[in-house]
Amino acid sequence: MTIEANVPITPLSEQAGQIRPLLEWLARRAEPLAIALFAILVGLALFSLFIAVLGKSPVQLFQLMYAGGFGSWFSVQNSLSRAAPLLLTALCVALPARLGLVVIGAEGAVVLGGVAGAAIALPMIGTAPPFVVWVAMGLAGMAVGAAWIGLSGFLRHYRGVNETIASLLLAYIAIALMNHLIEGVLRDPASLNKPSTTPLPAEYMLGNIPGMDVHWGLVIGVVACIVSYILIEATSFGFAARIAGGNVRAAQIQGLPVRRLIVGFTAIAGSFAGLAGMIEVTAVQGSANASLAAGYGYTGILVAFLARHNPLAIIPVAILLGGIDASGGLIQRRMGLPDATVLVLQGTLFVVILFCETLYGRFRLFNPDLWKRSA
Amino acid sequence: MTMLVGNIPPFKTVPAVGIETVGMTMRFGAFTALDNVSIKVPAGTFHALLGENGAGKSTLVKCIMGFYHQTAGQLQVDDREVAVASPRDAAALGLGMVYQHFTLVPSLTGAENLVINRTDVPAVINWAKERQALAAFMETMPFTIPLDRPVSELAAGEKQKLEIVKQLYLGRRFLVLDEPTSVLTPAEADEMLGLVRGMTERGELTVLMISHKFHEVTKFADAVSVLRRGKLTGTGLVSDLSTADMAAMMIGDVKLAELDTRLPVSDGARAVLSVSKVRAPDRTGLKMIDIENLVVRSGEIVGIAGISGNGQKELAEVLAGQRAAETGEVTVKGRAYGATRPETRANNVRFIPEEPLANACAPRMTVTENLAFRTFDVAKGGKEAIWLDGRGMKKRASSLIDDFKVKTASPASPIAALSGGNVQRAVLARELTGDVDLLIVSNPCFGLDFSAVAEIRARIMKARNAGAAVLLMSEDLDELMEMSDRIMVMSEGKLVYETPAREADISVIGAHMAGHH
Repeated sequence: MTIEANVPITPLSEQAGQIRPLLEWLARRAEPLAIALFAILVGLALFSLFIAVLGKSPVQLFQLMYAGGFGSWFSVQNSLSRAAPLLLTALCVALPARLGLVVIGAEGAVVLGGVAGAAIALPMIGTAPPFVVWVAMGLAGMAVGAAWIGLSGFLRHYRGVNETIASLLLAYIAIALMNHLIEGVLRDPASLNKPSTTPLPAEYMLGNIPGMDVHWGLVIGVVACIVSYILIEATSFGFAARIAGGNVRAAQIQGLPVRRLIVGFTAIAGSFAGLAGMIEVTAVQGSANASLAAGYGYTGILVAFLARHNPLAIIPVAILLGGIDASGGLIQRRMGLPDATVLVLQGTLFVVILFCETLYGRFRLFNPDLWKRSA
Repeated sequence: MTMLVGNIPPFKTVPAVGIETVGMTMRFGAFTALDNVSIKVPAGTFHALLGENGAGKSTLVKCIMGFYHQTAGQLQVDDREVAVASPRDAAALGLGMVYQHFTLVPSLTGAENLVINRTDVPAVINWAKERQALAAFMETMPFTIPLDRPVSELAAGEKQKLEIVKQLYLGRRFLVLDEPTSVLTPAEADEMLGLVRGMTERGELTVLMISHKFHEVTKFADAVSVLRRGKLTGTGLVSDLSTADMAAMMIGDVKLAELDTRLPVSDGARAVLSVSKVRAPDRTGLKMIDIENLVVRSGEIVGIAGISGNGQKELAEVLAGQRAAETGEVTVKGRAYGATRPETRANNVRFIPEEPLANACAPRMTVTENLAFRTFDVAKGGKEAIWLDGRGMKKRASSLIDDFKVKTASPASPIAALSGGNVQRAVLARELTGDVDLLIVSNPCFGLDFSAVAEIRARIMKARNAGAAVLLMSEDLDELMEMSDRIMVMSEGKLVYETPAREADISVIGAHMAGHH
């Protein structure tokens, strides 16, 4: 049973020694980088237009942005501090996205993770050493976050509820629940204007990385990104999830446990967002209060999409977005622009990035399938 | 403000329209899809257009119908050069097309479907007048179709006739029929084409029919044109050409894979798959599929015939664990089978679903990764693997690619970049390597070219001869007759007829497919 091939092709085994595979590898790796950079440039250009229409100088704005985000050691540290929670909330979007789910409710897991962390710490203060308290807080935050986002996955798979809507609405419920708790049973009577839980004593606060004015949350976030990358790219669990994300019918026909994958991945994703909330409490706020709902969950969506749901790419993207965020105050003071200006920039970037998703595979330079066959 | 209905011209007063393409060429970038094709279809003739997938048939008709603008060449209608800038222009010239799949609105009646498709539908429709006009129009038609029933209640053959009537009603007198019989039973197909043929003989209509089926071409067409890789490789009167001539023009001098000799099924062959009393809802949720008893033994191919949409897809989904059965039992080698990964692996069950890119592959993952779907979680000793073995995956992929002659630019290409035949080869490479005890296949050759079809059938026959039990669901009766040991017919969710393939009578099978049982 032979078929005469119409086009002579070099057997793959013979191509192996040539330079072509290396070029192909480079091209496939370079494509997302080039397209993401292009998207950022286009986004910045559109934003410049917006600034120019307001009668301000885009050049000055970008200078201030650079100065505020990365211009000095102080501003770099500021950016890194803001990037820390973004790393974790971006993972909450990126991991389900690899399964083909669009989960946008990380904010809910953040606030409830923070409340859970603060609540479990209360009876332990003074009796347990700080490290034990941190571990307990972390586990509590992760468990609650996992339950919250896992619920969206559960509803999706067992009840057919759209996970995007479910996770968003659950985020609103979570914020309401937090308000209910910190203004009720968990309220520290001493917190008058801003209802909060009882503040953690100084020795229970998660300190800074030695030599920096950046708390340990940054390290935790980076480690979480690396672990997630290994989970997705190097384990059979992650591979099964990628199959289900690539085509759920193909996964079913291979007998893969799609339900378990969906619930498991959304739960892992939620645990990272819950951890982000707990870190906000123990490293920044000192207590659970309304400041937990600061929008980290929503900015995380932007980070994850810009990183194309690649956990390693989330690290630089989160730092970049942290820098943009950090420069908001400076722009407000020096240029007289409202601090919502950076939100306009974020929104513009998001729209351009979604648009640029359609560019993949279109450029001959990056798509070896369009190259000429080597003879 | 109702408009008069009288502006539909009485059917017989408008004569058939003839067309001719002169040096039609269509390029997409560097790729030439259509290369200098000249075809003449005189008014009142029935012309067949043959060619494999990707030969340029649909590109040619899309140029005629104004969906594409040809790179070079021209179209003549009734011997006058015309410029067709859009499908609207084509319609104005009396050119119409009937697609492979239905374009009727299922919830509306036939009459409503006809009237709403007119370009001059008034804001308020005077149905009494319209019905009168339609009745008069239908008088002139050779077809009888119930126009007052919702289209969803019509049989496939009736729908296809209604599609043709719709084109005639809209004043089209040159029709492109794109594989018009692919969803019909043999009897329905014969009746429909016979009526169309009659209209061309009376000079009321000109037809250009795209087809894969030689027997339709020899029976109904006057003339035939054959395309291969965008070029016209032959044209002539059907009476002057044999089927072998046409096949040679279509495929050129490619040597086709030959089927292994069929080994006899031994009487003592054990039952591998057994389905009993399985009931499951179909995709609409309104009807049930109901499989009383289906047994596939080792070393035999059981073919399931049926018109698409009679529950074959649902049966395949139940077997693959994609659809839950309400009652009944599926067993493999005597044990209950729920299509989980461990069960599938322990029993060497393999699935080759229809449309492999949509159902068996993750389109954006690489060829290497797609080839690893069945084995990525097995470590060397057969235990569950936690870590992926990237190097092993690559090695295995390149040997499978060489063995099954999958044409791909690179193993790292996304599988969506491959042609249909090569995607199917990749899926076969993944599923037919190693021991296979049960193979469940749906429409494996749909939309593939001759050489891929021959090779894929040869692979399935080889698996059968090696002892696999094969359940083959296909809408292609010729394929079932060629491949199967036994043929069963599925109609309205039930298996209604069974016959050994050797004694099978295609007209009896067709009658059961159509629901006459």
